[in-house]
Amino acid sequence: MKQGIFTVSENAALTENVFRMKLQGDTSDITKPGQFVNVKLDGLYLRRPISVCDRDAGALTLIYKAVGEGTAQMSRKKPGEKLDLLTGLGNGYDLSRAGDCPLLLGGGVGVPPMYLLAKELVKQGKKVTAILGFNKKNEVFYEEEFRKLGVCTIVATADGSYGEKGFVTDVMKKLEYSFFYTCGPEPMLKAVYAAAATDGQFSFERRMGCGFGACMGCSCKTITGNKRICREGPVMDKEDIIWDA
Amino acid sequence: MGRLSVDLCGIELDNPVIPASGTFGFGYEFSEYYDINMLGTFSFKGTTRDERFGNPTPRIAETPAGLLNAVGLQNPGVDKVISRELPELRKVFHKPVMANVSGFSIDEYREVCEKLDKEEDIGWFEVNISCPNVHGGGMSFGTYPKAAYEVTKAVKKVTHKPVIMKLSPNVTDIVSIAKACEDAGADGISLINTVLSMRIDLSRRKPLLANTTGGLSGPAVFPLAVRMVYQVSSAVGIPVIGLGGVSTAENVIEMMMAGAVAVEVGAANLVEPFACKNIIENLPAVMDRYRIENLKDIIGAAHK
Repeated sequence: MKQGIFTVSENAALTENVFRMKLQGDTSDITKPGQFVNVKLDGLYLRRPISVCDRDAGALTLIYKAVGEGTAQMSRKKPGEKLDLLTGLGNGYDLSRAGDCPLLLGGGVGVPPMYLLAKELVKQGKKVTAILGFNKKNEVFYEEEFRKLGVCTIVATADGSYGEKGFVTDVMKKLEYSFFYTCGPEPMLKAVYAAAATDGQFSFERRMGCGFGACMGCSCKTITGNKRICREGPVMDKEDIIWDA
Repeated sequence: MGRLSVDLCGIELDNPVIPASGTFGFGYEFSEYYDINMLGTFSFKGTTRDERFGNPTPRIAETPAGLLNAVGLQNPGVDKVISRELPELRKVFHKPVMANVSGFSIDEYREVCEKLDKEEDIGWFEVNISCPNVHGGGMSFGTYPKAAYEVTKAVKKVTHKPVIMKLSPNVTDIVSIAKACEDAGADGISLINTVLSMRIDLSRRKPLLANTTGGLSGPAVFPLAVRMVYQVSSAVGIPVIGLGGVSTAENVIEMMMAGAVAVEVGAANLVEPFACKNIIENLPAVMDRYRIENLKDIIGAAHK
């Protein structure tokens, strides 16, 4: 974990309430796809955890949905403004388990962390397929960006207004893959868990206190013992998960 | 002995800054961020006899100047603390550590302290009789003078290390509880633990915390803590550790002027991982600004 001051270089709406923020600063502690940053905002006591969509030396991309006070404040930030970030948080995805043809499933704002993961897997020469799930057409984002990576990209919308009609799992059932990685709302993760034909990794979202393992606010029970979503997670192995009743 | 040094129950601290229990784990994870040997000491995660997961999530909620937590004493249990956590800590921390202990019965407090007493690197016990997030234990011992007296007595029987009783602000008369602990032989008092609180999710029309209530900490409680430290330190003859919302070097000095010999920092660690390091580094300049030569000199200054 590193603390750093970042400068906003771009902050624009991708859909009605999903925004993409690009930041410049020290990204050296962000080592794996699936990690997150924790953002300090004015007048809010706790930082806001946001998953990393992309990073390279000196630049960071975050995609977030304006749902509460914190993310609404983020959406109003202008280029040139500074933000205090903790970076390099969370375990991230384990790329060594991917096999030859990994499948990536992202739902809504679970799509962004899949982007950096896809980029890294393509770099390793994997044949990557991504299923991006949204509720309806006007919520779809990043389809083109995934295609540009050379990823076989399938969009599914729940109401059928764009791409395949149905959930990411409806598409998943028709595909063959060596391993899967997923991030999205918990009902989607549960459905993926039930539909999966192979092992895989899940990224979880939870109300956090500190985001770096100190407060024990985001603990969960797993097959191999109690874990902190922010520290031993947010990525969990399929075989380790115990779903809440 | 430097300008910042203080005496806590017969053990010299390089400075009065102590990360509070439950915000610093067992210390070694923070040593990845900075050298934790710069701290006065720290109070490790509240330890019980058996391993505990704690309360269901969500167990964190926010408020404008602080947070509510209802973690409920998640810890690996005293045996694993001894076999797994303390050896990890020993690799990176070379000062006496404060052992924070909690329980659901007087027997449990005694048993946990008896086991930990054998660990040489434990300098003090901080006995938590004030956790608002567990039922049938914790705070219930800290809300009645007689129960506080009995826990103190039981722990004192099994250790010669200084025993500091950690008190709850959720009482009508904090002084009577502190005096009961002193009468039972306590070597020190620390206060305050968190303030019993609640938030409601408007859209769900339900409490935000799965546990319904939680403990409030952070800057919101700082003036309340200063008042209680002032009241208790004027009524007892044993050292008082002040905590509750301390976030800056100025806060440390204010707490000491109220009567604290040392100061714990809790919630601030969770939003600024370098909070304690920053406070310690800022102290000399802030002392200069207020013409304080040695921190020791200002303990209880507001009483005079």
